[in-house]
Amino acid sequence: MPSTRDIRRRIKSVKNTAQITKAMQMVASAKMRKAQQAALAGRPYATLMNEVMAAATAGAGEFQHPLAEKREVKKRALIIISTDKGLCGALNTNLLREAAKVPPATTVYVVAGRKAAQWVARTKRELVAEFSFKDSPQFAEARAISKFAQELFLSGQVDAVDVVFTNYINTLTQKAEVRPLLPMGRIQKLEANLSGPGTSEDLQPGSASEFSFEPAAGQLLGNLLPHYLNFQVYQVLLEAKASEHSARMVAMKSATDNAKQLIKDLTLEYNKLRQANITKELLEITSAAMAMGN
Amino acid sequence: MATLKLEIVTPEARIYSEEVDMVTLPGLEGEMGIFPMHIPLMTQITHGEISVRKGGQDHFLAVGEGFVEITGARVAILTDMAIRADDIDEARAEEARKAAEARLAQKLGDEEQAVAQASLMHSLTQLNLKRRQRR
Repeated sequence: MPSTRDIRRRIKSVKNTAQITKAMQMVASAKMRKAQQAALAGRPYATLMNEVMAAATAGAGEFQHPLAEKREVKKRALIIISTDKGLCGALNTNLLREAAKVPPATTVYVVAGRKAAQWVARTKRELVAEFSFKDSPQFAEARAISKFAQELFLSGQVDAVDVVFTNYINTLTQKAEVRPLLPMGRIQKLEANLSGPGTSEDLQPGSASEFSFEPAAGQLLGNLLPHYLNFQVYQVLLEAKASEHSARMVAMKSATDNAKQLIKDLTLEYNKLRQANITKELLEITSAAMAMGN
Repeated sequence: MATLKLEIVTPEARIYSEEVDMVTLPGLEGEMGIFPMHIPLMTQITHGEISVRKGGQDHFLAVGEGFVEITGARVAILTDMAIRADDIDEARAEEARKAAEARLAQKLGDEEQAVAQASLMHSLTQLNLKRRQRR
């Protein structure tokens, strides 16, 4: 049976923890709003980009770009976009479980984010490059990753590049997803469902054949493809960041709630114990008085 | 009279979305003017100025490299930078130009070089537009 002092100490320590998690929740929610806005702001661009891509691909006809070359997949590269810090619930666990499904023997890994780097090192998989990205992802950071992936692919070291990241659906839901990046051809079929609800409805690639091109469609497509890829990676980074902050906010909120519940329970127990002690003392006094009186 | 819907989007935001009478774009092979009912065209633009005629008045924007989709009723521009002439802060653009030049002068990796070059082009474009307007 703990003494009242033990319980008082316990309450104090839980209160301190609650304060910390509350503060982290506030920080995460502020960052989350920013990250969500950034992720949403990129969507009109993505939509338009898809239209232009679809039209250019249709207009280019037989033109084959090296980035779109399909080869038998002997070696594949997996880009893992994780967070740098923990305390964001099951986010990284889910992400890495998804990443672990890819057979490690034929895969090389490119990571962005410290958690993924640690995982690759711990499980002794083959790491080829490690990138970092800031709290508000810059286009340049995305370009560095995408450029590296393109070089891997073009030099023939890998025959396919996939990216695994946490897709932002809403504040409460984030989903770990594997999305094919290279060769380019594979990406378009997925395009409709990848950017989430509300972005792909005005996609209309059918009218493409009417377009004329300047410069020629093939050349235009050649210029467009790398840029398209960069932007894909950029969007992935934004989504991952939005997911991270949402997940962290939710995790911290439930931690705060749990702490509050614990404080409530402990306080109740403390009061019971205190009351019991008082009653016991009173009982002792009265029985002593009665014994004296006789 | 027919109008064109001009849309300019960057990865960060939708910069411009209005009905206009005419647009002039900095194409790869020189300037091109787009009127309503233009034939559908896909093209690329380079660093430069977009001039927009709307209700008898000309507005200017500085833009970076990008892609343009033109249909009879719409001009959609995808670019990495777009800023209205009125919003250009000359002092800041000048500062950015100096910073970019300083970075270019150092020994840099490929990637950083490209970033610095791009930001130099951005600030130069903005400055050029501002200077031309004053004349």
